[in-house]
Amino acid sequence: MTDAALTSAAVAPPVETPFRRFASDFFANKVAAVALVIIVILALLAIFAPWVTPQNPYDLTQISIFDNMLKPGAKSMEGKTFWLGTDEQGRDMFSAMIYGLRMSLFVSAVATSIAVLVGVSLGVTAAYFGGRVDSIIMRIVDLQLSFPAILIALILLAALGKGVDKVILALMLVQWAYYARTVRGNALVERRREYIEAAQCLALPRYRIIFRHLLPNCLPPLIVIATVQVAHAISLEATLSFLGVGVPITEPSLGLLISNGYKYILSGKYWVSVFPGLMLLLTILSINLVGDHLRDLLNPRLKA
Amino acid sequence: MSAPKYLVDARDVSKRFSQEPDLAQKVAGLLGARTKRIVVHALDHVSLGIAEGEVVGLVGESGSGKSTLGRIIAGIWEPSEGEIHFAGRPRNELNDTQRRAADLAVQMVFQDPMSSLNPRMHVAEIIGEAPEYHGIVKASETAAYVADIMQKVGLDPSFAERYPHQFSGGQRARIGIARALAVKPRVIVADEAIAALDVSIQAQVINLFMKLRADLGLAYLFISHDLGVVRHLADRVAILYLGRIVESAPADELFNTPNHPYTVALLANMPKVETGKHAFAPLEGEIPSPINPPSGCHFHPRCAHAMPRCAEVAPKLREVAPGRLSACHLNDGA
Amino acid sequence: MTATLEVAGLSTHFFTRAGVVKAVDGVSFSVQRGQVLGLVGESGSGKTVTGLSIMGLVDRPGRIVSGSIKLAGQELVGLSEKGWRTIRGRKIAMIFQDPMMTLNPVLRIDTQMIETVLAHADVSKDSARERCRQALSRVGIPSPDERLTAYPHQFSGGMRQRVAIAIALLHDPELIIADEPTTALDVTIQAQIIAQVQKLAAETGTAIVWVTHDLAVVSGLSDRLAVMYAGRIIEEGPTAEVLTQPHHPYTAGLLHSLPINNPRGQPLNQIPGSTPSLLRLPPGCPFGPRCTRKQHDCTQAMPPETQGANGVRLRCYHPVAREGAMA
Repeated sequence: MTDAALTSAAVAPPVETPFRRFASDFFANKVAAVALVIIVILALLAIFAPWVTPQNPYDLTQISIFDNMLKPGAKSMEGKTFWLGTDEQGRDMFSAMIYGLRMSLFVSAVATSIAVLVGVSLGVTAAYFGGRVDSIIMRIVDLQLSFPAILIALILLAALGKGVDKVILALMLVQWAYYARTVRGNALVERRREYIEAAQCLALPRYRIIFRHLLPNCLPPLIVIATVQVAHAISLEATLSFLGVGVPITEPSLGLLISNGYKYILSGKYWVSVFPGLMLLLTILSINLVGDHLRDLLNPRLKA
Repeated sequence: MSAPKYLVDARDVSKRFSQEPDLAQKVAGLLGARTKRIVVHALDHVSLGIAEGEVVGLVGESGSGKSTLGRIIAGIWEPSEGEIHFAGRPRNELNDTQRRAADLAVQMVFQDPMSSLNPRMHVAEIIGEAPEYHGIVKASETAAYVADIMQKVGLDPSFAERYPHQFSGGQRARIGIARALAVKPRVIVADEAIAALDVSIQAQVINLFMKLRADLGLAYLFISHDLGVVRHLADRVAILYLGRIVESAPADELFNTPNHPYTVALLANMPKVETGKHAFAPLEGEIPSPINPPSGCHFHPRCAHAMPRCAEVAPKLREVAPGRLSACHLNDGA
Repeated sequence: MTATLEVAGLSTHFFTRAGVVKAVDGVSFSVQRGQVLGLVGESGSGKTVTGLSIMGLVDRPGRIVSGSIKLAGQELVGLSEKGWRTIRGRKIAMIFQDPMMTLNPVLRIDTQMIETVLAHADVSKDSARERCRQALSRVGIPSPDERLTAYPHQFSGGMRQRVAIAIALLHDPELIIADEPTTALDVTIQAQIIAQVQKLAAETGTAIVWVTHDLAVVSGLSDRLAVMYAGRIIEEGPTAEVLTQPHHPYTAGLLHSLPINNPRGQPLNQIPGSTPSLLRLPPGCPFGPRCTRKQHDCTQAMPPETQGANGVRLRCYHPVAREGAMA
């Protein structure tokens, strides 16, 4: 019991909930706050793509091959303005990008969520039971992490073929091990705390101790990793699609859009690749900025 | 069948913690590196019982195994050897229903009032979870039940929706006690339950323990390094040193006429509020590591009365007077 | 004769987002050469911050807002960081509850100790080593030559604290601030450390401020006792005087609540309530809400400091009368 304990308690008067305190800490950093706003806007754009884009780039009735490769700001045959130009099939780049973003975010978010679910369950189970269960799970994790993610994903997709579901599966498989390892580390620390012993003493069943007591207390550091991993998944997906093994050509993601346009870059038709590229950059950068700031906030060692 | 002497008792219990070599150490071992398997003998054939309504004080320094014994009696850990008997029957031979009843009958209150409370649950959940799960109360009546228990331990029931970090240290200790009480235990194992509290709060919590004992007829295993508190509360006291009980006696007798030299030293070193400066005459020597305890009587390297035999033969814990046990060769001649 | 340490009107406040925390508010005391002052209080009483203020170790958002700290006549408040370096470690040393605050876990003891010697003394490495060896044997560490080449983790908790004390003594400081140095130790080890410190203080003439929550620990060690509550010293005087005839209801309440001062098995005379938050101190005397002797004037203003008999200073309008005293 030191005075430091009191002063830190004094900083958080009882009226302030932990979440509110956290939120005000978070928004104290302007860069991270702006990045979060950008992420929210991008996510909203992606979710409401059909309503915010001027055309559906995959509806063949809405696009005209005669509008192909128009410069940004050019007008279509029907007088519509393509503010970001069009691609080789005459699709509005802005619309294509928003749809691409939608696909990129969808694939990465779904893959990350499943990976979190799988990784967290396995990690916390390994930590709670220890012994052989722990050894088996963690050796698989070690094996998984000893291969480069891109290599595993490439092999999987080469074997399974293209498809959104397959990309999601591949991204999930290369990610779960991170969560398993992180959660296990946290859980090993938390498991030794007295509130877990108290729960054991109260004869609560194991699943309840693991999922109601142990797990919720292992999650905060995971938020940081999951945030950064979403960015990682987006870029991995973009890489795979760029290499032509990712999402099918009929449902392009940002990576595929970049891939579609890169052959025109040298001929001065930069917009087909560069705008999706910038969008990708903006997305990943914003997520990483938010993730870094979350890490600073949640890292107890950085707290005074 | 006559009623068993003890409600819960540890019979000849030993606990070893061993650190198994991990893969890297096994590989290093194959390559000729000396890897040793570390075995800590936390408890070495200890027997201790708690009768209905009795307060047993368990005193020891670090490495004595007092927390280990508490956790084994509370059912959190299994002993490596020996058995825990509940109401005279081995706990491991009980069927599921009986076992659960036995587990709930012995509850624990922990040292650290913060880390013993789940930071992500509010007080009503912390206290109400187990009784609701075990069907002690109906889900619809849990809130009233929790409020009643909070009142019993001196907490304002309107704080039920608050989280542990919003309470002071003393209040957190009360929450921990309320959680234990909620499953209607008959024995409470209090492991240094007041050590982390402020001085003026310690007295409040000690009073609470005494009031609960009077109201509910609870028995306690009161684990502490604080002899003053143990003397105040306990009916009977056991002194642990490096995993062995060296002396066990009714509290009055133990404090007035300690038998074992270690007990004598502990009492002499007990901080007292004394008026005026005086010289301290401390017990010399370090507490040996439980990984590699001294041979014979574990206390002999620090003992003023050590004889050659003390280093060779471990003295047996035996009755030196009615109700008094001591493990010292000095009693052999008597 | 000037006192080794003279603290006058010291106020150290923390400027937090939630408000100003007056951790130390107008604290005055002095320690003479070779004397031990016990600074007693609960968490939040300001005892630790007082110690850190004397060491010049108060970090943002806290700072010393007023008052003076004089070490053998030299003013320390407002000293530059460069000035502090000639004081800290050499003239004032600190011992923490956790000796690992002083010890670097990845360096051998000799590396750390010799470095400390060379930081303030212009001596050869060999003579520095010899000084370290002597310092270790002075605090009762057996076979110091061998122990010098060990790492901190190879020591027990008690031995580590001895090493920390040896390091604190390296430059024969005029003052040692000891912040709960025995709280984490076992009873028998605590007694050893206290005996050692008591002996050393008598030998070297070093003044000691012993910060603790435990009245029992300082009762046999200190010459004077200062009891802190909510950032203020509420009672200060010769140890025997304060303990046998406590005048402040808080001091008296603490003593009455000890198990040893109560009949066995009976409820203890507890102090009701809990320590107030320094952000929301009650008006008047901060102990008022918990005090059984509270009257109307207690809620009006903080009691001023009064000089009582036998060198006791007190902040109370209605002190405990003599007959209520007990040992």
